[in-house]
Amino acid sequence: MEKFEKLTGVAAPMPLVNIDTDMIIPKVFLKTIKRSGLGVNLFDEMRYDREGNEIPDFVLNKPQYRDAEIIVAGDNFGCGSSREHAPWALRDFGIKAVISTSFADIFYNNCFKNGILPIVLPRDEVDLLMADAEKGQNARMTVDLENQEITTSDGETIAFEIDPFRKHCLMNGLDDIGLTLEKKASIDAFEARAAEARPWV
Amino acid sequence: MSGKTLYDKIWDAHVAHEAEDGTCLLYIDRHLVHEVTSPQAFEGLRMAGRKVHAPDKTIAVPDHNVPTTLDRAKGIENEESRIQVEALDRNARETGIHYYPVDDIRQGIVHIVGPEQGWTLPGMTVVCGDSHTATHGAFGALAHGIGTSEVEHVLATQTLIQKKSKNMKVEITGKLKPGVTAKDITMAVIGKTGTAGGTGYVIEYCGEAIRDLSMEGRMTVCNMAIEGGARAGLIAPDETTFEYVKGRPHAPKGAQWEAALAWWKTLVSDDDAHWDKVITLDADEIEPVVTWGTSPEDVLPITAKVPAPEDFTGGKVEAVKRALDYMGLTPGTPLNEIKVDAVFVGSCTNGRIEDLREVAKILDGKKVADGVRMMIVPGSGLVREQAEAEGLADIFKAAGAEWRLAGCSMCLAMNPDQLAPEERCASTSNRNFEGRQGYKGRTHLVSPGMAAAAAVTGHLTDVREMM
Repeated sequence: MEKFEKLTGVAAPMPLVNIDTDMIIPKVFLKTIKRSGLGVNLFDEMRYDREGNEIPDFVLNKPQYRDAEIIVAGDNFGCGSSREHAPWALRDFGIKAVISTSFADIFYNNCFKNGILPIVLPRDEVDLLMADAEKGQNARMTVDLENQEITTSDGETIAFEIDPFRKHCLMNGLDDIGLTLEKKASIDAFEARAAEARPWV
Repeated sequence: MSGKTLYDKIWDAHVAHEAEDGTCLLYIDRHLVHEVTSPQAFEGLRMAGRKVHAPDKTIAVPDHNVPTTLDRAKGIENEESRIQVEALDRNARETGIHYYPVDDIRQGIVHIVGPEQGWTLPGMTVVCGDSHTATHGAFGALAHGIGTSEVEHVLATQTLIQKKSKNMKVEITGKLKPGVTAKDITMAVIGKTGTAGGTGYVIEYCGEAIRDLSMEGRMTVCNMAIEGGARAGLIAPDETTFEYVKGRPHAPKGAQWEAALAWWKTLVSDDDAHWDKVITLDADEIEPVVTWGTSPEDVLPITAKVPAPEDFTGGKVEAVKRALDYMGLTPGTPLNEIKVDAVFVGSCTNGRIEDLREVAKILDGKKVADGVRMMIVPGSGLVREQAEAEGLADIFKAAGAEWRLAGCSMCLAMNPDQLAPEERCASTSNRNFEGRQGYKGRTHLVSPGMAAAAAVTGHLTDVREMM
């Protein structure tokens, strides 16, 4: 996994609440057996008409947001299905950070497995960043994971919280499975205890 | 020190390792697998030269892509769908996990097959690359959906890296009124708390109305915990649970049954347990409900009218404008005057035998209205077999409904079972998102009885008028 350290880029404003994973990547694209190549279908039904033409007023089709690397989103972003195709599509498009007042639990977890940083902030701060994102491509914001702060295009800084273990993994691009397998002795010991306590499992 | 909740007890019994910062390795007792979210995980294992750690605790079944038409033995027409199911076939056979292929009578929706075969038991940890894994919480199991990276993690290690969620209690006091079902309970709760109301929590459902539910009803309630934003929903096991589990193919037998039962009976929240959030609903106040918008929180009693954007505040105002436009609805329209083109009965929410019985009760001796197509899709081959033995299938066919083979079908429309643009559907499934049942399709979530009533009248209908 690619390391996440510091990112300066264009942020796209998506104030709609409850943007669900069916919107992020509709089910017709879940038939792939690969992880890559989904970026072109990110937000497919909002982004293209039935003939495949771009819908000009969709935010990521606007010239100033085509290269966005950050999304500032409405409440409860990523609700719905567990499909990891949603963060795969975001990452493949080039999105590396999403900022909202809240995220659905499974989507939030899935982001970290794919080098995407989801940031939860209070409403007034999300509103401020939304306004900054609405300024377009000249207004680039910076997300600094190490120092846990976002800097707006006006130089204002906003601090954010993140679980230290997740931060460590993201900053070092660590593979979870490798880390867990280092604790194989604990897993084996647990299995031996559980087999005795609950042999029917 | 306060007592423990049911969630605390199951959690404590499954921590294989705890780091100083509270990050835990949670041991997984059952890993359910379907064809859509697993191919990349198996591929990842192969690339890293890793093996499935516990094939005997891993159960796979294709459900999302499978055709539900009676001629499905001839194979899957769509090439990508076929490749995905073939990949699961191959991965299951190569790794030696338990597998129910398409032509097995036990095949069906993964969340119906697991309980039916006795794989899901009280006190277990159950995961699947599917958000509706919450269903299994009905047994007093800690069950939740995971992403594909986590599927790979569980395949390789039989654990998940987890931090504990908070505890939320949802109590439904008193008794349900006639015509009000488990589906109405779970939707009414989401209507009250919103789709983010459960975010960060594991919910335990309790109270008299929950105790009175069958296992099928409890599965319906827990199934939609995820639509309320919760990681999982739980119901403490009791005699109803034990009765359902006993004698199932993979349930414990003999002395092991007795040992299991002794432990299962301890799986209740202590009276002095700490709850981070408590929601109470009076069962008597719950009406048959229906969704009018494109979020599962857009819930109202069938007796209400389509709301207006001005009835809401904040970001929801714009969302409601968008939803009404998408749904083709005008504020002030009585919900029971909304005409439907299609009715879908099925899914992991309402594809069990009890749901089909509810539908048959309403359809018996009646016809599906002209111009309405009704599709009834059992949750598993065994549910289908039972519905035929009980004569339900004859009622469905006589009414003019399509009686299909088992699968996820039009709940998410990954197979050919889809709505056409602007087609309107009364559906027993769990999500009314834009495009969920087909591009530009319009979904109204309802209980099985309400779906059947809409099929007969051709518009959303209060099921109590037909009882």
